[in-house]
Amino acid sequence: MLRFFLHRLGLLIPTFIGVSIVTFAFIRLIPGDPILMLAGERGMSAERYAELRSLYGYDQPLIVQYFDYAWSALQGDLGTSIVTKRPVLEEFFTLFPATIELATVAIIIAVAVGIPLGVLAAVKRGSWLDQGLMGVALVGYSMPIFWWGLLLIILFSGILQWTPVSGRISLLYFFPPVTGFMLIDSLLSGQAGAFKSALSHLILPAIVLATIPLAVIARQTRSAMLEVLGEDYVRTARAKGMPPRRVIGLHALRNALIPVITTIGLQVGVLLAGAILTETIFSWPGIGKWMVDSVFKRDYAVVQGGLLLIAGIVMVVNLLVDVTYGLVNPRIRH
Amino acid sequence: MPLLDIENLSVTFATATGPFRAVDNVSLSCDGGDILSIVGESGSGKSVSMLALMGLLPFTATVTADRLEFDGRDLMAMKTRERRKLLGRDIAMIFQEPMSSLNPCFTVGFQIGESLRKHLGLGRAERKERTIELLSLVGIPSPETRLSQFPHQLSGGMSQRVMIAMALACNPKLLIADEPTTALDVTIQAQILDLLADLQKERGMALILITHDMGVVAETAQRVHVQYAGQRVEEQDVRPLFESPHHPYTAALLSALPERATKHGRLPAIPGKVPGADDRPNGCLFSPRCAFTTDLCRRSVERQGAEFGHALCNYPLEQGVPRGHPDPEHIGQAMAEMME
Ligand SMILES: Nc1ncnc2c1ncn2[C@@H]1O[C@H](COP(=O)(O)OP(=O)(O)OP(=O)(O)O)[C@@H](O)[C@H]1O
Ligand SMILES: [Mg+2]
Repeated sequence: MLRFFLHRLGLLIPTFIGVSIVTFAFIRLIPGDPILMLAGERGMSAERYAELRSLYGYDQPLIVQYFDYAWSALQGDLGTSIVTKRPVLEEFFTLFPATIELATVAIIIAVAVGIPLGVLAAVKRGSWLDQGLMGVALVGYSMPIFWWGLLLIILFSGILQWTPVSGRISLLYFFPPVTGFMLIDSLLSGQAGAFKSALSHLILPAIVLATIPLAVIARQTRSAMLEVLGEDYVRTARAKGMPPRRVIGLHALRNALIPVITTIGLQVGVLLAGAILTETIFSWPGIGKWMVDSVFKRDYAVVQGGLLLIAGIVMVVNLLVDVTYGLVNPRIRH
Repeated sequence: MPLLDIENLSVTFATATGPFRAVDNVSLSCDGGDILSIVGESGSGKSVSMLALMGLLPFTATVTADRLEFDGRDLMAMKTRERRKLLGRDIAMIFQEPMSSLNPCFTVGFQIGESLRKHLGLGRAERKERTIELLSLVGIPSPETRLSQFPHQLSGGMSQRVMIAMALACNPKLLIADEPTTALDVTIQAQILDLLADLQKERGMALILITHDMGVVAETAQRVHVQYAGQRVEEQDVRPLFESPHHPYTAALLSALPERATKHGRLPAIPGKVPGADDRPNGCLFSPRCAFTTDLCRRSVERQGAEFGHALCNYPLEQGVPRGHPDPEHIGQAMAEMME
């Protein structure tokens, strides 16, 4: 297990290098100049332009710029935002809790709804219920996130006026961040209505973000369950007189979850990618929206640093998933 | 009153090509403490009939029976819940593939203990004690360490012993063993069979042993039920069956035994195969493979009485000679062919 872990850890290094090169290159491939973006409507003088370019090192050859960046990054310095003048790492950690909160609630929804639906569809395979559920899952999977998000906003914020359109909590509440999770902080603040406000802000973006992972998890659970339900050990459990609840929910599901856990882990990447669109639609102040804003402002340091951090998170989570996989699957554990 | 009493059990599967009758009016009974063997080739409906008794068939199966009684209770009339209470407690079953019959995600101790909790309501400590007892009963060395092991850490023979321990957990009145040794090495096969026979004797439980090996039958069974293409073709006590089989199919199975065939030099095989869903002949289902088939056989077939082992045959064998066969000359030729 330890060797496996170290081996996987070792594989992360080349991946990181690759990601750093790709993000560095991509942001520079987009037309536009970060210095000119800083200039106001009246533009800037050629001297000032040259001065700023050399200040930020953009007059250096690309290869030199890359190694400067890589060298600093190795020392834990991801540079400074050209727009806010704050260190990228600091901005990241200010905004990241909002994204984790959104993604955590989304994955909880996806798992808590997706797995039972998948099991139900498998148990009732071929029925109208199964076909209906899988049809809905397919629609959910293929729906463009921004369109789906807007649809929900129009319905629940516009027509029904049940939920606010943007932000994390009503501006009427103020309390210091403790955990960075608005749901928890609002509870800790003890202010009446704060939690409800935070929840009503969170629920729509979380549902939108959960949609694709939910569909994927439901479909994967269904097919894993179908396979497992035909296994001899399921028959053994029934031959022991175990009630269907236990046969399906314990004997079969436990085995079916092994591949599903991998799928859930892979959804972390999907979630972070989805967060970019979802946060933008709902003006959710997390790293997704931060990335989009920074791309528009050609804030090179933020885009490359932020993407590197996001990639790092995805890789670490995937590693954790593999470890969990080993823990739930006795055949690997021993 | 027999422990298990089945009369005219039929099982029909709904398949893509239409209904398929895998078990056709099978009757059998088994007294408490008896060993009944069900023999027949692959596809003759042995497993399906026992799974029907257990209520473990998929929803595509329709089960009908004139009588399906266990221990004086009508299984067909019972609620699913009630019937489930019998499973694992009074009726237990072990299967052909021991390795895949154990759940890979749970320890041996958990899988045995589960029955003990469900049916006997034993607490944690009692379960552990009883499980260790059961494991040593089925001849598993150092049972304490086995408790926390997972199925993939066991060999095939060990797995089957664990399955047997699991089946015996609640002292069942009836144990159904569906080809318990087919997937095992020859040496292990003998051990498992001995174990089953010993346990059966010790505990006085009834044992239904499904097999297609007549050698196994000879060694263990008291009564033999021969099944072919979903039908009971003969039923006799083991000794008379071996001395004088009444159905040509039984005779053919017996002559396929190595120790009987050696004098002819090679093992005779029964030509053809068990008819499946699409190639059911009219009349006697064995007629396409039988040496004594007449036109009558292709039209209809009659069941004989107990004196001819309930043989489903128009010309039941009597000391190897088909009784009442219209074409004695043909018989001589067919017998010679069979002996070849
Ligand atoms: N779920 C099912 N759906 C359709 N047909 C089935 C199903 N299960 C079994 N059958 C058919 O029923 C027939 C009898 O099968 P069964 O498993 O009882 O044979 P068997 O005598 O146990 O053979 P074996 O020695 O191979 O175990 C076979 O033709 C099989 O194809
Ligand atoms: Mg079988």
